[in-house]
Amino acid sequence: MTIKADLATALPEITLLCGACFILVVDLFLPASRRHISYWMTQVALALTAWIVLTNVRADPAHGFNGMVIDDNMGDLLELTAIGAVSLMMFYGRRYFTVRGIFTGETFVLVLFALLGMIVMISAGSFLTLYLGLELQALALYALVALHRDRRGPAEAAMKYFVLGALASGMLLYGMSMIYGATGSLDLDRVAQASLSAPSDKRLLLLFGLVFVVSAIAFKLGAVPYHMWIPDVYEGAPTPITLLIGTAPKLAAFAFALRMLGGALKGVEYDWQGMLIVLSLLSMVLGNVIAISQTNIKRMLGYSTIANMGYMLMGFLAADRNGFSAAMFYTVAYVMTSVASFGVVLLLSRSGFECDRIDDFKGLNQRSPWWAFIMLLVMFSLAGVPPTIGFYAKFSVIEAAVNQGFVWLAVVAVMASLVGAFYYLRVVKVMYFDDPVDDSPIDSRGDARVLLSANGLALLVLGILPQPLMGLCALALTQSHF
Amino acid sequence: MPYLSLAIFVPIVAGIATLVIRDDRDAGQARWIALIGAVAGFLVTVPLYTHFDTTTSAMQFVERTEWIPRFDISYHLGVDGLSVLFILLNSFVTVLVVWAGWVVIEKRVAQYMAAFLIMSGLVNGAFAALDGILFYVFFEAMLIPMYLIIGIWGGPNRVYAALKFFLYTLLGSFLMLVALIYLYNASQSFEIVDWQKLPLSLSVQILLFVAFFMAFSVKVPMWPVHTWLPDAHVEAPTGGSVVLAAITLKLGAYGFVRFILPIVPDASHYLSGFIITLSLIAVVYIGFVALVQADMKKLIAYSSISHMGFVTLGFFLFSTLGMEGALVQMISHGFVSAAMFLCVGVLYDRMHSRQIADYGGVVNTMPKFAAFAMLFAMANAGLPATSGFVGEFMVILAAVKANFWLGFTAAITLILGAAYTLWMYKRVIFGAVANSRVAALSDLSRREFWLLALVAFAVLAMGLWPRPFVDVMHVSVQDLLAHVAQSKL
Repeated sequence: MTIKADLATALPEITLLCGACFILVVDLFLPASRRHISYWMTQVALALTAWIVLTNVRADPAHGFNGMVIDDNMGDLLELTAIGAVSLMMFYGRRYFTVRGIFTGETFVLVLFALLGMIVMISAGSFLTLYLGLELQALALYALVALHRDRRGPAEAAMKYFVLGALASGMLLYGMSMIYGATGSLDLDRVAQASLSAPSDKRLLLLFGLVFVVSAIAFKLGAVPYHMWIPDVYEGAPTPITLLIGTAPKLAAFAFALRMLGGALKGVEYDWQGMLIVLSLLSMVLGNVIAISQTNIKRMLGYSTIANMGYMLMGFLAADRNGFSAAMFYTVAYVMTSVASFGVVLLLSRSGFECDRIDDFKGLNQRSPWWAFIMLLVMFSLAGVPPTIGFYAKFSVIEAAVNQGFVWLAVVAVMASLVGAFYYLRVVKVMYFDDPVDDSPIDSRGDARVLLSANGLALLVLGILPQPLMGLCALALTQSHF
Repeated sequence: MPYLSLAIFVPIVAGIATLVIRDDRDAGQARWIALIGAVAGFLVTVPLYTHFDTTTSAMQFVERTEWIPRFDISYHLGVDGLSVLFILLNSFVTVLVVWAGWVVIEKRVAQYMAAFLIMSGLVNGAFAALDGILFYVFFEAMLIPMYLIIGIWGGPNRVYAALKFFLYTLLGSFLMLVALIYLYNASQSFEIVDWQKLPLSLSVQILLFVAFFMAFSVKVPMWPVHTWLPDAHVEAPTGGSVVLAAITLKLGAYGFVRFILPIVPDASHYLSGFIITLSLIAVVYIGFVALVQADMKKLIAYSSISHMGFVTLGFFLFSTLGMEGALVQMISHGFVSAAMFLCVGVLYDRMHSRQIADYGGVVNTMPKFAAFAMLFAMANAGLPATSGFVGEFMVILAAVKANFWLGFTAAITLILGAAYTLWMYKRVIFGAVANSRVAALSDLSRREFWLLALVAFAVLAMGLWPRPFVDVMHVSVQDLLAHVAQSKL
């Protein structure tokens, strides 16, 4: 393989890295009043990366750098979604950053590095690349959570995130080393072959390694019982960073899970299936039940993430292409919905006022019917009520589970959804049935408004016509390598 | 012409158009747009009746387009004798509620009208859907406008009632979703018609029965999952109560004939004793509960549950007479309950009280109203020559044929129905003028008069000459019964 072909597989990563470094340098020479230049450069870097991903879509999966990097359709779709989520985060969060004094070059660069970590993870073909991406992403996110380092909440959240995240990374490394011991390779493909034909004396070691890897995946997704960091980090981080943590890394974690479990470790499928059943069940039930008692919307959405990842895992554990594509569709749909939910929270926040209590949404319908409607769509999408995309997401994961004979799990899942509907409906209730306590006009930038409206309406439009996205997820998986 | 698609989308588009009017100062425009939309929505359903072929049980006005090929879900619409009348009923009632909320609703008028119009389109969709997921989407989506209707324009305890309504219904329908997916996995199709031919073992049939039953019994509602209904009715605005009673309850009963009976016939036979018992409890026990209510809306709500007990009873007798009686009862109840709630609405708009004790001697100040209310009360009690009589009589007759004591118990309702309705009528309408507020009441406005006259015409027409209604459903009912009689084991 020529170096040119190698580079072509990693072109998006290279572009993004160059962009981030360029912005880092340019920003040093810009006065604070010209900060918007580096902001727009960031957006351009994101758009450029997305364009490179789009133009490099290839029919068959390609390997680069001796299998360290994989470029396939699943990766392309997840990368595009992650880039889109990050770009929207920057648009929605611009005012928030500005009024809180964190509209700075280091914010943009850290965001780009976090994204770089994610797309490296998404296109990883070996344990080493996977770990590299994971750490790059995690370290950038720890720093982003602590942007308000002089305040107690963010500092505490960052500390918690770092300590628990480091623990998870340690577990992952430990697990990887065991798998390496059992299979003698770090390459995902070779591990896959070895795991399918592992002799019984190596199998025990492989299973030990699997337990640690599954723990690390569960930590990244925020599945119970590895969910402890989610509510605190969600609450403590600046809201745009919460948006970031709650969305794009889930795509990377999904790719991580798919390449590790669906790919490398498919030889021990039966074993991880059992583990995921427990994780999925606990996440759906606990996430939804604990969310009920939350008064802070960021915490509530945090528990909602936990529950949603439980549903995603339910599709995933079906462990066939149908299940993986359902889980992928779920993740993408969840990210779209979640971006919109934090988008509305950001829209209503202003200088000196964090719109982070559920009560802050009181009477939103009287203040602004349009934004109340967008939030209504978000809530019903999260609750899985048609005609929103969230319904088809739940529908496809339930279908995948029932298809593999997990009818009982599907019944538990819908019962947990019922509990979930209660707290999503409470937000709708607060917006539509209560009178406003705060009459200040909603003030935001025009581009954020337009994008948020489009984002919200997309939940409805894709809810009425879900086939394009659903078909895309199914197609991406059939032409992928894992 | 794609009449069914028009029946669905004309009201929805009109509803969205209404939302353009955002300021309550321009409420007049919103009202007119809504009324035009509702009338247009009704007019496009008329051909469904006039062009309906009563000699076949096949689906008519069929439309089919691929929708979600990933799961073989199609946008598949069609009606037969079981469903067509409900689309007409729904579109008719939508005109009534838009008109009924004309001057009464002053707050966020455009949203109010839009909610009802969108609701109407979704209900039509649910009645016309022949694809399981399409049905589910319409069935669930209508919870959203109804939740908002109860919660925004409802009474003091509206938040509780709205939430209870939503969660109760959601519980049932989530289980139904699992059942739909199970059927898809068994048949590789989401077509309801394919499921009706699908062989299933008895244990599977019973589980599916339970899942569907949870969804539809909550919606009907049957005893003991009826408790959301009185709350929702009492707190909902008049229009909301009318739509709930006249339309959404019918959707639950429709689920029995479209899903439960044809898809799981053996489980239906096996569990028919259970359903008949629940139905009789609804008929008799809820009748007694209605007797002691002090709130007019609550009384009518309980009377609705009792009347719907007749419907489920009629279905599970497995005879033509019982089934047709039940369907006639559904349509008749649609008119009568709408009329009763409109009457209570007329009083409530003037006195802002629903308590029977606050009234007395209304006939002295509102003679025209008293005359209309008399007719509707009689229809609710099942007096011959009103629509209420036809369905109940057919079901009782079928019940007596099946088992004398069954018919006897069901017939108790004739006494109970007359007792609670007429007793309420007496306390509210007759007697000396109870207080100064009643003395100050003004009689029906022209709008209210024509509104009630319209319903009165429907009630009388159906009571005197039920033939046109029965003819439409006859062939489909026969076909359904023949299908149910065949075992799928």
